[in-house]
Amino acid sequence: MSAIFDTLCPMHARLGAHGHIVHAGPTLQRIHPEGDLRGRRFLELFEMRRPVTGQSMEALRAAAGLPLRLRLRQPPGLALKGVLVALGPDSAVGPEGGALVNLSFAIALPDAVRAFDLTRADFAATDLAVEMLYLIEAKTMTMEALHKANLRLQGGKTEAEAKAFTDTLTGLGNRRLLDRVTSRMIAGERDFALMSLDLDFFKAVNDSLGHAAGDHVLRAAAQAMLEETRSDDTVLRFGGDEFMLILAGMTRRAEVDEFARRLIARLEVPIVYEGETCRISASIGAVLSRDSDAPDIDAMMAKADAALYAAKQSGRGRHVLYDPKTPPVMQAKATQRRADTSPAGPPP
Amino acid sequence: MHWLVNRSVERFVRDTYGRETWVEVARLLDPDIDAFDAMQGFDASVTHHLMAVVAKILERPARAIEEDIGTYLVTHPHNAPVRRLLRFGGDSFEDFLHSLEDLPDRAHLALPGLDLPRLEVIACRGSVFTLAVTPTGPDSVCFGSAFMGLLRAMADDYGALVTLEHKGQDGARELIEVELLAQDHGEARAFALGAGAGQ
Repeated sequence: MSAIFDTLCPMHARLGAHGHIVHAGPTLQRIHPEGDLRGRRFLELFEMRRPVTGQSMEALRAAAGLPLRLRLRQPPGLALKGVLVALGPDSAVGPEGGALVNLSFAIALPDAVRAFDLTRADFAATDLAVEMLYLIEAKTMTMEALHKANLRLQGGKTEAEAKAFTDTLTGLGNRRLLDRVTSRMIAGERDFALMSLDLDFFKAVNDSLGHAAGDHVLRAAAQAMLEETRSDDTVLRFGGDEFMLILAGMTRRAEVDEFARRLIARLEVPIVYEGETCRISASIGAVLSRDSDAPDIDAMMAKADAALYAAKQSGRGRHVLYDPKTPPVMQAKATQRRADTSPAGPPP
Repeated sequence: MHWLVNRSVERFVRDTYGRETWVEVARLLDPDIDAFDAMQGFDASVTHHLMAVVAKILERPARAIEEDIGTYLVTHPHNAPVRRLLRFGGDSFEDFLHSLEDLPDRAHLALPGLDLPRLEVIACRGSVFTLAVTPTGPDSVCFGSAFMGLLRAMADDYGALVTLEHKGQDGARELIEVELLAQDHGEARAFALGAGAGQ
């Protein structure tokens, strides 16, 4: 009789009429390695959590057929599930008034397998325990692979986003970044100056010394602009020799004048490329957000471009600050030139 | 075919031949972006193409590379979970061999998109077993040689002594003959049910 139950349900126990263990299946015996379970009272080894019963055998038998939740009293105090059959007068299994209890590790299976070093042989051949362990490990492996794949994709996305806002030649921001930066400043009601800057004589450098020299000059000019501005300012390249500067917190006209003068002087410092000296200058048109009640970036750009056009009309290396009292003539051409929203490309 | 298969090929190249070799492979696969993303391939043709490029770069026959990938999946520390999942198949190499029939279904449970070839022990004369590896569809990757490498590595893992012979193709399926000379020839690597990762 015991051999049959040991094979079919190695986690069973047969209890006598007083609640003592008469026989324990081999796996149940393994989880109590310190001694033979026979003769021990079942409820002294296992705490009955649900249903709530008394400590008597009678109370235990009353839970027959119900789903039982138990806890191993000894460490690690594993939770177990079980089911109980009350034995009647003519039972072949055990004495009248006794019981047959079968237990399972249920969700605590991985802990139990580790704690008691269980092997495949400790489970009935029909038990799904090994399949469950297999699935847990397969799931863990899959989740890790997906997690890594996710991290790689996330990295790729961040890189792509950074690229989308960057001019590849100079590393400056591009037109897309202008919208993002200025919309934040406008939303935060922070004043700024917007400067539209074209390099003067750049085309001559490009034509006489070639594209490589032109690229070098663009990079040097970009570097100069970064050095002349503060960390919370933004320098953007719109393609070709057109740049845009966002100068945070600038509200005074004299301040803009001084900055523009300094920047132009800096850009007029000759740039040496492979033994050849390249001389450029810059024209600047500027506008203050403070001059509009409700700054609008498209309108500000149009005004900055009109001022730039006026600066160019008066010669090279000049700057004009848009004055709302005496606005320069708005040049349709100048406005349109800036309307291209494509990302910055190589110089023409 | 699941992207994880392509990803395994990538990991194999990187872990065995180094990052630079993989960069060469990726460059040939997708010259525009210099980086092949294994996740883009859900199609078996991507795997075929990938294997052809790897064979070209490594200057080795595709079958030999497949076999090395099979070994790599069992023996490289990066793949410890794979080796463990395979050891769930049985307590001895012979049990493991028979458990291979369940492998595609088990893999499918864990990863519904992963269609492994059908595996069957079709003949068993004494200690000689014939394993048939059959692709699931006309375009699927069979990877018969990969199972040669995998079986050899698993025999080592169980401490069994085997000889393996690729018997060629029979229609779509590839036949591998396994002769089990000794179950406990060497020392088996330890395997405890409860030693799994992530716990």
